[in-house]
Amino acid sequence: METLEVKNTMPKLGLMTGSQAVVQALIAEGVDLMFGYPGGAIMPVYDALYDVEQELKHVLARHEQGAVHAAQGYARATGKVGVCIATSGPGATNLITGIADAQIDSTPLVCITGQVTSHLLGTDAFQETDVVGISMPVTKWNFQVTRAEEIPMAIAKAFYIARSGKPGPVLVDITKDAQFGKVDFNYVPFTGMRSYQPKPKLDLDSVKAAANLINSAKRPFILFGQGIILSDAEKEFKAFIEKTGIPSAWTILGLSALESDHYLNVGMLGMHGNYAPNKLTNECDVLIAIGMRFDDRITGDLSRYAKQAKIIHIEIDPSEVSKNVHADIPVIADAKEALFELSKIVKENSHSEWLNKFRALEKEEYAEVIENELYPSTEKMTMGEVINEINVQSDHNNIVVTDVGQHQMMSCRYFKFKQTKSMITSGGLGTMGFCLPAAIGAKMGQPNKQVVAVIGDGGFQMTLQELGTMFQYGVDVKIVVLNNEFLGMVRQWQEMFFEKRYASTTMVNPDFQRIVSGYGIATKKVVKREELADAIEEMLNHKGAYFLEAIVGKENNVFPMVPTGASVSEIRLK
Amino acid sequence: MKKERYTISVFTEDIVGMLNRVTIIFTRRKINIESIAASESEIPNIHRYTLVISEAEDMVKKVVLQLEKQVEVVKAVYHKDSEVVYQEIALYKVPTEVLLSGGEAEKIVRAHHARVLSVEPAFTVIEKTGHKAETQALFDELEPYGMLEFVRSGRVAITKPMKTLKSIVEELENTQD
Repeated sequence: METLEVKNTMPKLGLMTGSQAVVQALIAEGVDLMFGYPGGAIMPVYDALYDVEQELKHVLARHEQGAVHAAQGYARATGKVGVCIATSGPGATNLITGIADAQIDSTPLVCITGQVTSHLLGTDAFQETDVVGISMPVTKWNFQVTRAEEIPMAIAKAFYIARSGKPGPVLVDITKDAQFGKVDFNYVPFTGMRSYQPKPKLDLDSVKAAANLINSAKRPFILFGQGIILSDAEKEFKAFIEKTGIPSAWTILGLSALESDHYLNVGMLGMHGNYAPNKLTNECDVLIAIGMRFDDRITGDLSRYAKQAKIIHIEIDPSEVSKNVHADIPVIADAKEALFELSKIVKENSHSEWLNKFRALEKEEYAEVIENELYPSTEKMTMGEVINEINVQSDHNNIVVTDVGQHQMMSCRYFKFKQTKSMITSGGLGTMGFCLPAAIGAKMGQPNKQVVAVIGDGGFQMTLQELGTMFQYGVDVKIVVLNNEFLGMVRQWQEMFFEKRYASTTMVNPDFQRIVSGYGIATKKVVKREELADAIEEMLNHKGAYFLEAIVGKENNVFPMVPTGASVSEIRLK
Repeated sequence: MKKERYTISVFTEDIVGMLNRVTIIFTRRKINIESIAASESEIPNIHRYTLVISEAEDMVKKVVLQLEKQVEVVKAVYHKDSEVVYQEIALYKVPTEVLLSGGEAEKIVRAHHARVLSVEPAFTVIEKTGHKAETQALFDELEPYGMLEFVRSGRVAITKPMKTLKSIVEELENTQD
């Protein structure tokens, strides 16, 4: 069996049912909010939840996908483990998209599913599905409980694995007989196992090698990702870049780890990122990647990616190092520890001439793209100007949650941030329908922050049933639908690469105002530019949820763009 | 890059579903598993899987890192054929009459140093261990006499490098907080 070292234990609570043990284990792990949807095979756990409503609030979503995305939003906004719960069969399979999303975006989740009674396993019983098998490729770990005695240990292990190292989703599937069974409850937090080393030991020689290379670099360039946020390394990161004076660009999951207006923040990497950081990736002499994994949307054509540069890769997950881009100096470590040590030994420096190159290209992008997007002369509004108006009126203090598509790229490009964990978006999986439920989870996790959910008209209709959740719990999310009556990103690709053959991308939409009003949420539709500022002011000052629909140009495109197969330095401004 | 044959040894905790976690890593990358064998190791509760694949070394390295990333995988390593001592076992079911006649079939069995495991009136079961080429050679020679059934196991392999699993496990156990 696994090695266990017991650090501390909870007082024994005595004999109880398996389902009470589930609930007590969650409370022991500090969970006070979870999202879910009941059903036959999980009913005993719901029955146990009924007794602890004060300590452990359960939010009834309108679909299990809504529950899991809400748990993701909660986790991303708070840094805590998100918890969701569903029944067997369809309840469990409906979680899968969110679990896959959490896996690729390293979001800590504990998903609990009910399962048919153990003697029915494998008999094609009512609502039986092999969720352990189905979820295996998209979970960090999963486990099926068939005996009540296994429950405390399974939940303890689940939380430990979900939150440690590179975080991720775990799933615990509990048969109904295990929920009804009896267990002498004694909760022991899990502290480790020999087969799992979540935090690699920092190799100081690799840090020294990295520092030497950084100290001798003429044109060093930093790419940072969510690893900074996940390891709470924002402070250490800032200290490191300020000491070394290195221009720093972010992946969309790293966004908000460094304030937008920091003098070394040179913007967004990748397919629709900023001009300068993409172009200059192929001119730097040392590339320092921190807590990111060189996704194909970041690198473009790998055979022409930063070939001139020496690469330092600081990353907690050994399997990510040299997976896509060869690391000359791998630093396999937690970003916080690595940056702390690195900052001690790097020389103070400034690279003003090199930084100026970024600023010069930024001016080109401003003139060619940004100015037209933020201050358009077109008749119809643009997505960028709506976003910009929210920025101006809210002083960069919102948590922004986005869906997937053009509005997502626009949000990443144009929203400005002051605080970490303020941008929540589905990066790796690109899950349409993510935004609304994730925003609900974010708001419930951070009730004192303004949460703005920016969604396209397509994605909104994928999970708009969660308006019911907002209504029932009075969740104060400001929803901004940027409506172009198209699946905009696919349409943009059809325009550019499929000869404008708009196959199934036009959307004939219902009257969103009437739908949202039905849920008791204040609404407004803005068609004209002159109405925009007032509408946004009204939205931001409104007590409670608000729905703002902005009608934007139908066939606007997101630029710059690194077309598929092109090199990052071939980024197009139009 | 050139594809070569590699033996991957995966040491895991002994739990239900582990084989699935191991094999989906190959499935996802559309890598064919040529053979697989699962058994205990010299350490209680640690199982070992021995897999054979033909891939470029760069891919094999990445796959091994993905295997090690699995929470309940203790260690995963890969080796070229020259770095392991390996063996397979094959069983052959042939009609007993072809051996009784004292003809060629009996000579073949002798020449291949194969063992007779079981003799029944209708059939005889022969066993041969060796590399695939060796068990295949016996198959090819016996086949004309009537092969009723044939089966070959996955490769089992012992690695030549000397670091023991025990020392690896001890190291891992000592790094726990």
